[in-house]
Amino acid sequence: MAVTQLVGAKIHRREDPRLITGHGHYVDDLTRQGTAYAHFVRSPLAHARIKSIDITDASKSPGVVGVYTARDFKGLLAGTHPAAPAFVAEKKFVPERFPIAEKEVTYQGEIVAAVLAETKSQAADAANLIQVEYQDLPAVMDLEKALQKGSPKSHVDGPDNVCWDFTYTGPEITEAAFKEADVVVKERILQNRLAPVPMEPRGVSADYEGFDKKLTIWMSSQNPHFIRLFVSGAMGLKESQVRVVSPDVGGGFGSKISPYPEDYLVPTLSRIAERPVKWTETRTESIQNATHGRGQFYDCEVAAKKDGTLLGMRVVQYVDVGAYHGTFGAFQPVACLMAGGAYKWKGISARTVGVLTNRVPTDPYRGAGRPEATHLVERMVDLVALELKMDPVAIRRKNFIQPEDFPFTQNFGLVVDSGDYDKALDKALQLIGYDELRKKQAELRKQGRYMGIGFSTWIELCGFGPSAATAPATGGIALVESAQVRVTPTGSVIVYTGTHSHGQGHETTFPQIVADQLGVPYESVELRHGDTAEGTAFGYGTYGSRSLAVGGVAISKAAGKVIDKGKKLAAHMLEAAEEDVVFEHGSFHVKGSPDKSKAFGEVAFASYGMNLPEGMEQGLEAVAYFDPPNLVWPFGTHIAVVEIDAETGAPLLTKYAAVDDCGNIINPMIVDGQIHGGIVQAIAQALYEEVVYDEDSGQLKTGTLIDYSMPTANEIPTILLDKTITPSPTNDLGVKGIGEAGTIAASAAVINAICDALSPLGIKHVDMPASPDKLWKMMKEARN
Amino acid sequence: MIPAAFEYARASSVEEASKLLKKFGEDAKVLAGGHSLIPLMRLRLAQPAALIDINGIKELDHIKEDGQKLRVGALTRHVTIHNSAVVKAKLPLLAEIASEVGDNQVRNMGTMGGVIAHADAAGDYPTLALMLDADIVTNQRTIPARDFFKDLFTTALGPDEVVTEVVFPVANGPHKYVKFRRRLFDWAIVGVAAQKMNGGWRIGLTNVGPTPVRANAVEEALQKGAKAEEAAQHASDGLDPAGDLRASPEYKKHLARVLTKRAINQAEGHQ
Ligand SMILES: Cc1cc2nc3c(=O)[nH]c(=O)nc-3n(C[C@H](O)[C@H](O)[C@H](O)COP(=O)(O)OP(=O)(O)OC[C@H]3O[C@@H](n4cnc5c(N)ncnc54)[C@H](O)[C@@H]3O)c2cc1C
Repeated sequence: MAVTQLVGAKIHRREDPRLITGHGHYVDDLTRQGTAYAHFVRSPLAHARIKSIDITDASKSPGVVGVYTARDFKGLLAGTHPAAPAFVAEKKFVPERFPIAEKEVTYQGEIVAAVLAETKSQAADAANLIQVEYQDLPAVMDLEKALQKGSPKSHVDGPDNVCWDFTYTGPEITEAAFKEADVVVKERILQNRLAPVPMEPRGVSADYEGFDKKLTIWMSSQNPHFIRLFVSGAMGLKESQVRVVSPDVGGGFGSKISPYPEDYLVPTLSRIAERPVKWTETRTESIQNATHGRGQFYDCEVAAKKDGTLLGMRVVQYVDVGAYHGTFGAFQPVACLMAGGAYKWKGISARTVGVLTNRVPTDPYRGAGRPEATHLVERMVDLVALELKMDPVAIRRKNFIQPEDFPFTQNFGLVVDSGDYDKALDKALQLIGYDELRKKQAELRKQGRYMGIGFSTWIELCGFGPSAATAPATGGIALVESAQVRVTPTGSVIVYTGTHSHGQGHETTFPQIVADQLGVPYESVELRHGDTAEGTAFGYGTYGSRSLAVGGVAISKAAGKVIDKGKKLAAHMLEAAEEDVVFEHGSFHVKGSPDKSKAFGEVAFASYGMNLPEGMEQGLEAVAYFDPPNLVWPFGTHIAVVEIDAETGAPLLTKYAAVDDCGNIINPMIVDGQIHGGIVQAIAQALYEEVVYDEDSGQLKTGTLIDYSMPTANEIPTILLDKTITPSPTNDLGVKGIGEAGTIAASAAVINAICDALSPLGIKHVDMPASPDKLWKMMKEARN
Repeated sequence: MIPAAFEYARASSVEEASKLLKKFGEDAKVLAGGHSLIPLMRLRLAQPAALIDINGIKELDHIKEDGQKLRVGALTRHVTIHNSAVVKAKLPLLAEIASEVGDNQVRNMGTMGGVIAHADAAGDYPTLALMLDADIVTNQRTIPARDFFKDLFTTALGPDEVVTEVVFPVANGPHKYVKFRRRLFDWAIVGVAAQKMNGGWRIGLTNVGPTPVRANAVEEALQKGAKAEEAAQHASDGLDPAGDLRASPEYKKHLARVLTKRAINQAEGHQ
């Protein structure tokens, strides 16, 4: 019987017509009657003592409702900014953080005062009249200097600038490997600081209803339930008194996971002013204040044998934590645990050092730690290959974890669930035409042209995650996922998920799963998310490529429970034993007699009636939580081809191919879209983007999109995609995450291609972003 | 990103614009395409007391052939210049430059007069105006381009002066503008324009100093019969460019030389 299979079908994204025609509902589109507008005054200095704040003129400015400083919030907000243990259980110094500075500002952009006014412009005008007197303090900008004894401190009252210094495995674990080595390569690898630049900046709108003690917050968030937890706690409210709604959200990339000062201040302002309050971030505020990504460097050493066998690796990670510990800032050290990549090692030693500086805090940014791991291991492997004059393909093949090794316990005890790395590599080589490219490269080199081919045979761990691993990392809440599937009397289906779609296409993929499973039309399945007043008691949000691999599985489990109940009821209706009833293609029938059947819709309708089996309650709905037994492990091969202008140093990405494996695929079009976007974001890191601060004053120099060089589609070549499918054994759907894969893979491929191109000049390593002026300078020096 | 309050008045003629400018005094600004002025106001780097909108002055939006001259109205948008058959026939280098200013939004709004009056060091038309000895016509006088660009964002314009036209010579011989940038919509890191006319070369440089630069030494070397490669070595003579996030001074000077060679070679149909 021909049944339309939705899972695996290229269905257009349901949400797109709304979003691309301007009919979405973002926070800034919603304005309550009687709203007052907030404007925040921010420190223009990276580090200073606040001597005084004069609000006299501002308070008299037209339309002003009130002007507030730290003092006004002191009695109304308690606690400090949450800092999750993540991958660093022990911290040295986590500075206290109140949402508004009182005595000391520690990064440019830190809030010092708030203005409420009748209009946005009046609020901005009044803010300009606030006089803050600062006493300049030295800004801590350089990580190495910050760690030296006697360095100025990023917080004057802090002991030093060490936020954490944690050793996972000491150097002794690699001693044998390094003794055995024929070659040892060393490199320092930088990870440029990145601004997340979501298309929609952040926004918070809050309405505190004093009589009912009820607070509603509309905000652009990736995980509204966590925000409810944090904000209710700080404001002394019960979780049940607070509702957080994150309607359409225009991208997050990790920057909308952690709570921000404004998330506390705007609701509190509503409480103070007794009216709705709204704040919408500007683009400059976004680049200045949204948590940044990366901002690290690595000191790396790899030992190998002459034949290319990798033996040992030593990694020290230095993380620019910023002025405060980002809520999930200690997630980045996962890079240490993933440093081994797709290869087998005798030993890996790893240590992470978190350094407090006077920059905006860093937090997870698409890929979070895994792009850094890929970048460093893929770079180091290439350096070994270069040293041994080996083809980068050969050295990878020689050291890959093999298909028969899975499940494979890697050096840090993580269990890689599945993989077939050679297969993806083979496909990618074909897709890009590797042999031809090497021939062409040889010809071009004779003409003095610099063409390079770069590889990234990446792996990823994602789908956070198993309760045993994640509950300690968050400080108690396991990152499982919840779902509710409700069937209405007429058989339409509403699915509630605790994940949050802000570009991932959940409104399309999740109904695809449910429609197939329940055998109902795709159109009759509706997805709801992003509102703590709907669905289950807690949702865990979207990040770490977890939505499908954890949330999607929870949905499927809930749908399974609905079928189980349906079977009981159908058996009753068909006067058959429950064990004899099978559910197929949207109908329940008695085993062996397909004509004795009840359609799903009939059963749904009956479930709201009176003729139910003994003890059965009305209704057809179920809640399920999914606690995954392991993380999931996507992988693939990316190959980049670049040519570097011999005269100007300008790198041109000429070809790009990616073969990725995310297990079973629900919607190939959405997977391709995620991979495209991810790759572009990493190309951006490799070639274009960097948050630049003045190294002395700590002034942000890249505060607009003219200076912060985010590339556009114009700068990106056609990306060739293909896939292999290795279902994950970790969940029933056999799926793995794909939201971050492109970003995790691509920077290494691009930089490896650049290094390959420049290898005739003796250039071995290039840091990101590989801008023309940087490459030109390196080439010039190499030629001299 | 929220501008300070300002007065707004719409002028329907150049005279009215000039009167309004006088009325509001020093702090009044002409509003043309708004693609330089509005961003500055949003960042509060500019806080004009009044904006005099000239977008309703239809006679400022024109492209006219006038003997050996090409007259381009101040309000003519980049997209109009780029698509104009007259420009393509009489001064194709201008059409080429217009097609590379910013992105579609910028080209649909930005104007000839706005670029000239704003005098950003990375503006593209000022380079062409300078090297071709164009005239900047205002409601009060005609100013030769060589006397017009005084410094960074500074021109010879008086407070109530409105640019009405830029008058270029006709030139349709070999030509090329090589604009070096990271992203398609970026301003030039360095730009080089080459135009062959009246038997000689005109070479202009963008963004290698506070104002556009005419590469006299290159032109002279070419006049004496030097090859593009040799002549281009003089492109950085006397330059003292400021470094920025995208390029060091040394790199800009290097680019001036490389791009000059390329502009000349490409103008002549070589790669
Ligand atoms: C993303 C982006 C990229 C860009 N890239 C480039 C580029 O590559 N090359 C380039 O050349 N430009 C570029 N621009 C600038 C663009 O061309 C602007 O439009 C131009 O600089 C100003 O023209 P406007 O008509 O928008 O003037 P406005 O912004 O309206 O005005 C600019 C200034 O000129 C004054 N002014 C305007 N018209 C007159 C007049 N007729 N008489 C007297 N004063 C006047 C105004 O008072 C104001 O001070 C870019 C802009 C953006 C936003």
